[in-house]
Amino acid sequence: MSSNGTNKLEKSDRLIKLSLLMIALSAVSVLAIITIFIFEQGLPIMFRYGLKHFLLGQDWYPSEKSFGLLPMIIGSLMVTFGALIIGVPLGLASAIFLTEFSSRRLAGFLKPVIELLAGIPSVVYGFIGLMFLVPFIRERFGGPGLSVLAASVILGIMILPTVISITIDSIRAVPDSYREGSMALGATKWQTVRMVVLPAARSGIIAGIILGMGRAIGETMAVIMVAGNAADIPGSVLAPVRTLTSNIALEMAYASGEHREALFATGVILFIIIMILNTVANMSSAKQRKKGSGR
Amino acid sequence: MKEVAIQVEHLSHYYGQHRSLKDINLQVYRNEILGIIGPAKSGKSTFLSCLNRLNDLIPGSRVEGRIVIDGQDIYGPRVDVVALRRKLGIVFATPVPLPMSIYENVVYGVRLLGKNNRRELDQIVEESLEKAGLWGEVKDRLHTSALKLSGGQQQRLCIARVLALKPHYILLDEPTSGLDPISTMKIEDSLRALKANYTIILVTNNTKQAARVTDRTAFFLMGELIEINETPIIFTRPRDKRTEDYLEGRFG
Repeated sequence: MSSNGTNKLEKSDRLIKLSLLMIALSAVSVLAIITIFIFEQGLPIMFRYGLKHFLLGQDWYPSEKSFGLLPMIIGSLMVTFGALIIGVPLGLASAIFLTEFSSRRLAGFLKPVIELLAGIPSVVYGFIGLMFLVPFIRERFGGPGLSVLAASVILGIMILPTVISITIDSIRAVPDSYREGSMALGATKWQTVRMVVLPAARSGIIAGIILGMGRAIGETMAVIMVAGNAADIPGSVLAPVRTLTSNIALEMAYASGEHREALFATGVILFIIIMILNTVANMSSAKQRKKGSGR
Repeated sequence: MKEVAIQVEHLSHYYGQHRSLKDINLQVYRNEILGIIGPAKSGKSTFLSCLNRLNDLIPGSRVEGRIVIDGQDIYGPRVDVVALRRKLGIVFATPVPLPMSIYENVVYGVRLLGKNNRRELDQIVEESLEKAGLWGEVKDRLHTSALKLSGGQQQRLCIARVLALKPHYILLDEPTSGLDPISTMKIEDSLRALKANYTIILVTNNTKQAARVTDRTAFFLMGELIEINETPIIFTRPRDKRTEDYLEGRFG
């Protein structure tokens, strides 16, 4: 081949590389634009009133220039951790059953069904929660029914497909030789799962929980429908609660001026909380990986 | 007269439709090293997994015939499979330390029995690693990950892990196939030392290894036991033409 032809090929290679880079960058730049936009809209008011006013203030009365977000911050955290408390044990148990104990045929049938849960629109979850769960809580446990508990249960179910499918993948990635080695040493199936398989799959399982947590903290519609949305710090799990996302969604339609800016500030705080949770979770999973199999 | 420890009678094994072992009859004597040689796919590993019922884990696996170990028919009713697997420890071709520390690997099986006394465990770890010829090399880093050991060390760790369970039998499935000559030599030395207290069955691809360490040798071919005899006899005057051909490298 002539050197001319090689040059041509190199040129087209470079062109493809460049255009792929542009496409990749455009995806990242969307994220950058969103970040800049939120911060640009939300930060000025935070500095004007002081961080303390937003983070520690307990009163959210936008018309009286009182923008305390503490109830919503606590609300978001309560609902998210409530969802994890309900969703993670259920999700782990299902994943362990489907990978280690059920027949391949049953797992092949159940896994897609569970993944289908992820395709149900969140408004449907909210609707079902409102129709069945809320009255159930009101009659059995008291309170208005619209509560932290209701939101946690609904979110716990919504994060199941994420937790289950990622946990299944990471458990399946554990080499069979570990299982064989453990069984050969006289371990039962359950001992093998508990002492070998789960520790080996830990980083993947944590990743699944992080993604589930992200889904729970960001979910808006289903939460609005079942949480009651009172902007007060909930005194118990039966009290109504408003999350950061609900705060934005409920009021953005009619907010203007500083009220509107305060909603963007809510977005800033949500953004930062998610960043912190992600970083912490990522760090702990990276540490585990290093400890478990560092070479 | 030597004591018969394992009696295998008319053993056949199937993977689904495929018959992988055909009517095997043999005896294993107490405190001997029995070598099993033969080309790949001749049923050697399957034979080992029948002895401690690890083949139970494979779907479609089926056994006919009888295996009597220490007077017990191991495929009979009411056999405690977990106890059986402890009695017949197995070491695989590829060393698979579990993803935990050296110490935890050794005591893994012991902990499953509910023993948790620190001093007792410490002692078991030292004894087992000593017997496997690994203690000197790892005693200063017992709590580092077992996955950081070299291949030869990992394999000796796997032997130590089996010894920690105080088994009566040690089954080895090509334990040195992935190792360098020096590691191989160390493992062979350990095996000779272990013979005094254990009955050992060594499956090996390496006929020279069988000649070096075993007392008797069985030759398997295509799922059949062709012949079994004292190792020197097998290597110098085998009865069967196929054994001779295999040992001289004409096939396999």
